[in-house]
Amino acid sequence: MAYGLVALGIVVSFRILAFPDLTVDGSFPLGGAVVARLITEGVPPIYSIFVAVICGFLAGCCTGLLNTRLKINSLLSGILMMTVLYSFNLRIMGRSNIQLLTVKTIFTPLENMDIDRFVPIIAFFFLVAFGIKLLSDLFFRTQLGFAMRATGDNEQMIRTLGVNTDNMTVLGLGISNAFVALSGALVAQDQGFSDVGMGIGMIVAGLASIIIGEALIGIRTVERMTFAAIVGSIIYKFIIALGLRLGLAPTDLKLATGIMVILALGIPAIKKEKEGKLHLRGV
Amino acid sequence: MVRLENITKIFSKGTIDEKVAIDGLDLHIREGDFVTVIGSNGAGKTTMLNLASGTYGPDAGDIHIDGVRVTTLPEHRRAKYLGRIFQNPLMGTAGSMSIEENLAMADLRGKPRRLCWGVSKARRNHYKQLLKMLDLGLETRLKDSVSLLSGGQRQSLTLLMATLSLPKLLLLDEHTAALDPKTAQKVMDLTEKIVEENHLTTIMVTHNMQMAIRYGNRMIMLHEGRIQFDIEGAEKQTLTVEEVVRKFGAELKDEALLG
Repeated sequence: MAYGLVALGIVVSFRILAFPDLTVDGSFPLGGAVVARLITEGVPPIYSIFVAVICGFLAGCCTGLLNTRLKINSLLSGILMMTVLYSFNLRIMGRSNIQLLTVKTIFTPLENMDIDRFVPIIAFFFLVAFGIKLLSDLFFRTQLGFAMRATGDNEQMIRTLGVNTDNMTVLGLGISNAFVALSGALVAQDQGFSDVGMGIGMIVAGLASIIIGEALIGIRTVERMTFAAIVGSIIYKFIIALGLRLGLAPTDLKLATGIMVILALGIPAIKKEKEGKLHLRGV
Repeated sequence: MVRLENITKIFSKGTIDEKVAIDGLDLHIREGDFVTVIGSNGAGKTTMLNLASGTYGPDAGDIHIDGVRVTTLPEHRRAKYLGRIFQNPLMGTAGSMSIEENLAMADLRGKPRRLCWGVSKARRNHYKQLLKMLDLGLETRLKDSVSLLSGGQRQSLTLLMATLSLPKLLLLDEHTAALDPKTAQKVMDLTEKIVEENHLTTIMVTHNMQMAIRYGNRMIMLHEGRIQFDIEGAEKQTLTVEEVVRKFGAELKDEALLG
């Protein structure tokens, strides 16, 4: 469920802006690193999460600026930011991981409830993911949201209508990575530690989620796209859990995910279909 | 109204591929002029439109629209003065968005985009009225994705979008060339109607000389980045294709243009 937020972020960058943003692998642990450091420093969890989201937003904006102002290729901008963030995250935490089991987190009140820990936490993630989904749906129905969608769809056209598409790209990537950092911040508190390596493969897992979701739900409207992201990420987790139960070694998980995405993206090409191919700018 | 003063545009400057696309061009267009532009391939027609709309800036010279010097303004800041339609029907609309969403975006041409509702109820009725005028049945399909429309429908919608906020200058870049003859005629009739009703100052680039002669009150021919001739008023009304060919046939080694 927490990964649903990553998938939502990827919908904003890949689907809405058509920008292949790889910052995600760095902004996810960034969210974790920021909350871990702040919570252990005694900052209340809710404020820590807020700061983590802002940091994710800024990281996304940096990728956007590298691409739009310095004209660095979109993929490379993301990779650069991801690499820079690795050092950043180590600096923030001061070491490669911080445990959060003994401190008060956002989940502590939920854990003290008289039921199985699992139930309220799932409900919490569910609420957050759908809350963010509804907020994004609303946003993409506003004038500003229209301009952002058009930036990904037809950059030339919306520029001739007076929109600065560079700013839209920066803002959109900021929003996308804010979602991802929020996810990282929540996951770190849920699993009881933040680790600098927790973002590895996040972009591919997120992509796998949205591909699964879109296959089931479709992409006709923005509401469907965001819904597909959340549903897809749940199903993805189920598939992974099933795989593990059937004897897949945990070390091979990323390989399995990678193959899943390769198949999903590759089959249309092999069948020589144009439809369903991900349209991306600057690739 | 629109002034292009001594404009020069050179591509690949300083390399062996250097090409002077526009060579000291001077053009003054008065308010309400409907100028058709012809010229063979490479004469600088599209370059001229790109300079006017700010896709790129000139190497020398100045561009004024409605008394404002726009020479150095980037494309998105010039938008409030301009409406533009491209040859490719896919270029003027966002395919993944609905008809009403596209119109709403065009409604805000050159204005800041805020966090308020994208399509307002009052405007939706206005869009319906406009779409009815197109006579393509689009008024009942406001929520349909634009990617479902045909090329002619998309180009008609683009025309509505380009003229919705009454631009100071309308740029038409061979906007009917990619359509079948019947649809092209329909879109052209519609163009004439909208331009006349709103007294829009218009520049239309075309490859079709008959069209260039038939529409508009003024016609210019570009050759090697300069204006070869500039005819208007009564003289243009009586102009025939044969006459142009006889006078300028040597420069017009372009079959398409003579068609």
